[in-house]
Amino acid sequence: MSRVHDMGGRFGDGAIDPNPGEPVFKEDWHGRALAVTLACGALGQWNIDVSRHARECLSPKDYARFSYYEKWLAGLADLLEATGVVTREELAGGPVASSDLGDRKMLAEKVAGILAAGGPANRDGRAPRFAIGDRVRTRARSANAFVAGGHTRLPSYAAGITGEVVLRHGAHVLPDAAAHGLGERPEPLYTVVFDAGDLWGAPERAGDEVTCDLWESYLEAAS
Amino acid sequence: MPHDFDDPDHAHSVLPPDPALRVKALETLLERKGLIDPAALDEIIDTYAHRVGPQNGAAVVARAWDEPEFAEALKQDATAAVRELGFYGRQGEHIVAVFNTPGQHNMVVCTLCSCYPWPLLGIPPSWFKSDAYRSRAVREPRKVLAEFGVKLADDTKVRVWDSTAEIRYLVIPERPEGTEGWSQEQLAKAVTRDSMVGTDVLGAQS
Repeated sequence: MSRVHDMGGRFGDGAIDPNPGEPVFKEDWHGRALAVTLACGALGQWNIDVSRHARECLSPKDYARFSYYEKWLAGLADLLEATGVVTREELAGGPVASSDLGDRKMLAEKVAGILAAGGPANRDGRAPRFAIGDRVRTRARSANAFVAGGHTRLPSYAAGITGEVVLRHGAHVLPDAAAHGLGERPEPLYTVVFDAGDLWGAPERAGDEVTCDLWESYLEAAS
Repeated sequence: MPHDFDDPDHAHSVLPPDPALRVKALETLLERKGLIDPAALDEIIDTYAHRVGPQNGAAVVARAWDEPEFAEALKQDATAAVRELGFYGRQGEHIVAVFNTPGQHNMVVCTLCSCYPWPLLGIPPSWFKSDAYRSRAVREPRKVLAEFGVKLADDTKVRVWDSTAEIRYLVIPERPEGTEGWSQEQLAKAVTRDSMVGTDVLGAQS
């Protein structure tokens, strides 16, 4: 049911390398990969939820073997073809046709303004149903309600678990819809805190907690 | 809009396998189609390599330590409070500041991808994006912290914030001992990047 990116709580990944002296971009191509991806985003052919889903749709084998920016590059190539910005023949090195998106090209002098402007996800939307302190239970399964195998932001480890609302963020774009061309369908967004014992059974230490940011349709009232 | 990026026969497979050649091929194709400006790519790289980074978050932390009213503003509406310092933008549109206390240590992860507060901390380090951190931080945060050399008191609760939406979390570490009377510039230099993600605790300064 879940996809390969949904790895919270997984066993077997080994130790973390904090690598304190690491430069921002370890390889020149890392910076290029980031920059090409951001520049293509400015063409306006997809939103952040679509681009996340493209990376999640990499095959599990590719997702596991690709480094971070290789995932970005592969997701970008797949998106560029899926949205018709480029063809597979062009990606393969064939003849290059002109594009009618040229007037959307991100120009060097616009970069600072575009990065500084951001792309807020909050929207006008209905009032929240839950209050801070309310007990809520997440959906039994981490699944997109509209599309089989679709994008969702409820991690599997937090599915079917009861927690408590600790923050309310107003209405935000619903990724489950926005990733699939179904509109923004903004919903109240909450931060919900879960007890580690409820998530993992035997927690590392009793009383530790994990929070997730969750949309209202992921939640139901609990007691 | 077509969604055939979910096709098992992925478009990326026709690109060269070597990642440096892969990005070059994409860049060349997009430039020939008139869709990217190589100078814009240089500008983006320069922004995150040199101008936007953890020094921004450190300035926020230092000010929060030094000015109680700013700390209160951060607690009430961190997005607005950091925006007044000029910190806003891509991957930082909605900020929440979480304050460490003797009773609670906060730590941030994005288990589903690698969400990180770019305007405050820049581009995330490799460890933050690694499978090991993403998978383990929520289940065994204390073992993860130990790998960063951090040992918490047994009576300190850990709260791990999994960034599953567009909210970006900034950890405000506890002010270290030995910094009484320091200027905000001095204080900012004592703040480490990892302390603002929650994988470092600031020791006494001398």
